[in-house]
Amino acid sequence: MTAPALPDTHPPAQKTWWQQNQQRLAPWLFLAPGIFMFMMYVIIPIFQSVNISFYEWDGLGEATWVGADNYIELMDDEAFYTSLKNNVIWLVLYMLAIPGGLLVALFLNQTVRGIRIYKSLFFFPFVISQVVVGLVFAWFYDPNFGLMNIALGWFGIEPIAVLANEDYVTYGIIAAGLWPQTAYCMILYLTGLNAVDPEQIEAARLDNAKGVKMLWYVILPQLRPATFIAVVVTVIGALRSFDLISIMTDGGPWGSSRVLAFYMYEQAFSEYGFRMGYGAAIAVVLFLIMMIYITGFLYKMYRDERGR
Amino acid sequence: MFPTPIEKTSSGAQIAYKIALPVALIVWLLPLIAVALTSVRSAGDITAGNYWGWPTSFNLIENYTAIFEQTPIGKYILNSFKVTIPTVIGAVAISCMTGFALAVYKFKGNLLLFFMFVAGNFVPFQILMVPVRDLTLDLGMYNTWYGLALFHIAFQAGFCTLFMRNFIKALPYELIEAARVEGISEIRIFWYVVMPLMKPALAALSVLIFTFIWNDYFWATVLTQGADQQPITAGLYSLNGQWVAAWHLVSAGSIVAALPPVLMFFLMQRHFIAGLTLGAVK
Repeated sequence: MTAPALPDTHPPAQKTWWQQNQQRLAPWLFLAPGIFMFMMYVIIPIFQSVNISFYEWDGLGEATWVGADNYIELMDDEAFYTSLKNNVIWLVLYMLAIPGGLLVALFLNQTVRGIRIYKSLFFFPFVISQVVVGLVFAWFYDPNFGLMNIALGWFGIEPIAVLANEDYVTYGIIAAGLWPQTAYCMILYLTGLNAVDPEQIEAARLDNAKGVKMLWYVILPQLRPATFIAVVVTVIGALRSFDLISIMTDGGPWGSSRVLAFYMYEQAFSEYGFRMGYGAAIAVVLFLIMMIYITGFLYKMYRDERGR
Repeated sequence: MFPTPIEKTSSGAQIAYKIALPVALIVWLLPLIAVALTSVRSAGDITAGNYWGWPTSFNLIENYTAIFEQTPIGKYILNSFKVTIPTVIGAVAISCMTGFALAVYKFKGNLLLFFMFVAGNFVPFQILMVPVRDLTLDLGMYNTWYGLALFHIAFQAGFCTLFMRNFIKALPYELIEAARVEGISEIRIFWYVVMPLMKPALAALSVLIFTFIWNDYFWATVLTQGADQQPITAGLYSLNGQWVAAWHLVSAGSIVAALPPVLMFFLMQRHFIAGLTLGAVK
């Protein structure tokens, strides 16, 4: 389309170049800082990590191209399988936070005096740092004076050094992680329960639906958005587990409580030397596992967007 | 309401509920109560193994003064604020703009860009670790609060964009159209029409990001070292190593570290919860 080169007879209505094009340019102007930062610190590093995983590199000197060697080495690495196995245990057991959170939410979904304070105090564990949660639980498990072993003592059970025992250590750490995670799921469900349609509940009551049946057929379907978010944050939380392991056991005893996130960190920057390439290869594996969930999440979002 | 409101049940059930409530709370918070109690014990109690009995003396002031005098905990806390506050401001500012752009304008690649922010927000930290550390070293920002804050701003932009975009999308679009008809420029629409409506979203995001960043431990260990620059989470970890057996001090330190986000939560509870549900559950 060519604009007629006629002299404009209404000078006040004349639009500057910016005024004519602003609707097209404005979004990019608003997006520029965000895209720039996100590219620099998140998107490009992902590709760089994938690239580094094909090199042997100590982080300082020259990197040598080794092709798929790091990945081949991973396949024979006992510690890698231990970490992978622990990641699976984390993923599975962490899911307990969802029914756990629902249970607590149902317990607290009342209107008695002071219930608001109770709700916020139950949520407490999520607000404090995982470093503090880790210290608290390391202490709770202590074989000499930890509360858990004192309680076990009442039943005549010998003290168990949970964090020094290869078989129990991962479960002990997961239990610590479930504490804040359950609190998170509880809040999601409490908000969800608030939005449940009271008329449907009344209708179901007239049909004599009660207790578990009511929960399963009437309430849970309405809580689906809350459940979805709970699953997303719990999966991400399980795969991101690092802080608690670092604080409570440092991966021990003998590396038995490592997960991929922790093992990667250990390989990349530890006293065993800086193996950036090998660490990056572990990170890529973890990334691919996470990608399954991310893709699922994006797919659901895409469907919702189309549905609008 | 589900479950059945307790007022409509038998008086026996009502009494049982009123007893169960505080009991459940104490059990739930037992580990934390133990820490709070230990933080006021004397060193004598700790060596005597009196962890659970009544404290022989209450050393609240002594212990909390001791950690500030004998350790750099004050410095750690200051560092945490230096990282957290700029991150909150930066991430929220950036995402107001990205959220606005993605919610209001229709252009090619809109959804793709939005998904990039969302996906990036869920990525495991380890895939970013080595390149981000290198980038920070190259920029000469390794072991500085601003190096750490800059990374946090960029990473949190993902989550914040998701939140802001959905929030702005739910605002009445007619407002923007009306402003355009009036001939108001896009930038002024952003500032004078949309921003005033975003106050609840700003509050929600600010408290959430504050808590997330305050509690960050992983990036603090990757991008900083030493008491001069490390925030409280990393600081607490190293103090824990130095204070073996000084449990009354470790627990006092833990309480101090936990206090700012806890206060934040209590002051801005409703906003905090709105943020946590990702705006998806209303």
